[in-house]
Amino acid sequence: MRTIVFDIPAWPGHRAGQHLDVRLTAEDGYRAEREYSIASAPGEPVAITVERLDDGEVSPYLTEELRQGDEIELRGPIGGYFVWDPEDESPLLLVAGGSGIVPLRAMLRHRRGSGSEVPVRLLYSSRTLAEVIYRAELDEPVDGVEVVYTLTREQPPDWSGYARRVDDELLGEVAWPAGEGALAFVCGPTSFVETVASGLVELGYPPPRVKTERFGATGGR
Amino acid sequence: MIPTTLTSAGRTSSRVTSSSVSFVSRGFRGRRDTEGDLTRVPPGQHVTEDFPVLSAGPTPHTPLDEWTFSIVNGDERETWTWDEFRALPSETVTVDIHCVTRWSKLDTTWEGVSIDTLLEQVEHEAAYVLAFCDGGYTTNLPLEDVSDGKAWVAFAYDGEPLDPEHGGPARLLVPHLYFWKSAKWVRGLMLRDTDEPGFWETYGYHSYGDPWREQRYAGD
Repeated sequence: MRTIVFDIPAWPGHRAGQHLDVRLTAEDGYRAEREYSIASAPGEPVAITVERLDDGEVSPYLTEELRQGDEIELRGPIGGYFVWDPEDESPLLLVAGGSGIVPLRAMLRHRRGSGSEVPVRLLYSSRTLAEVIYRAELDEPVDGVEVVYTLTREQPPDWSGYARRVDDELLGEVAWPAGEGALAFVCGPTSFVETVASGLVELGYPPPRVKTERFGATGGR
Repeated sequence: MIPTTLTSAGRTSSRVTSSSVSFVSRGFRGRRDTEGDLTRVPPGQHVTEDFPVLSAGPTPHTPLDEWTFSIVNGDERETWTWDEFRALPSETVTVDIHCVTRWSKLDTTWEGVSIDTLLEQVEHEAAYVLAFCDGGYTTNLPLEDVSDGKAWVAFAYDGEPLDPEHGGPARLLVPHLYFWKSAKWVRGLMLRDTDEPGFWETYGYHSYGDPWREQRYAGD
């Protein structure tokens, strides 16, 4: 994983949850383009967090080759649906699978930066503790924010938290009850999002209150 | 070299364009095996063997005995139940599909009812359609883009009933446009005189969506 911060003089600002497009061009004109969620909150320097995929074309370049001072072609911000604004006072349920945490982290940072006091529950599913992104930041106690991890492949010896893939029961224990009027943002690999989104609907969340973004869609994984 | 920055609809656009090949990403070589036949792969796309699933919300599940498809023309409405819909003539087509998130999938095989067959049942002078779907998704298209053999309501993919995650029991199939126009869980077409943006079009995506002109976002 690598977080890359850009210096973009003409950046018009963005909303938490939006993404940007990266375009790489080789000397012969060959181009590759990919989308990345913006990891930073509005007002902060624009950043993305990239996971290196073994069979990736763009992620190895971004995580290994790109150096400070390099120029890169970007386009954005893009997207107006999977966004959170502090004007929304609903309790927030953020559910992340792996690198799906990226846009949700932007939302958490924006909540903090804007002084919003909406109660938040973050459920973050990761294979191991070592693979949790932004761990130090997420472990810092923040008023009104509850972070729950589930480690699905390997847990440290003293682990007392969840140790399995998110299922309806786990969701039922962690999610805001349906009556609270929560707004849910679910992000991660497609099968994770499918399980969680349908689980939330089963719990009584109206489908329009469950916003989803599915990752891993462009690399042929 | 000035980097290109563009913004989505609704924001002031600050656009500095460079000529096409003058910007080179230092040290980037690319993999190229996903490029495919360039005459079949629109600009900015790469070929995938997967069939990625993208959605804005949970997958709807409408039982077939409750499912209907309608063509709505003002106060008039022509409706088919699932059995009636499946009794219509259908065809199998093999097409390439192109998603705005940049993957393309070649030679995908679908079975569906041509929109021409459905539109034949309704007298109208509409210039546009708005597809509406379970879950509230909508997308807008010019009528001519769903006519003359260009579009179907597809109920099978690769010889099998269409999976709910991919839009089953039936979805729109309009392969010449970006695949967000091939609305999943479609329940009907509203005929209109004017063009009104649908779901993604309201959130910054292009109103028409031609992959060959790379019309991804509003303003492209």
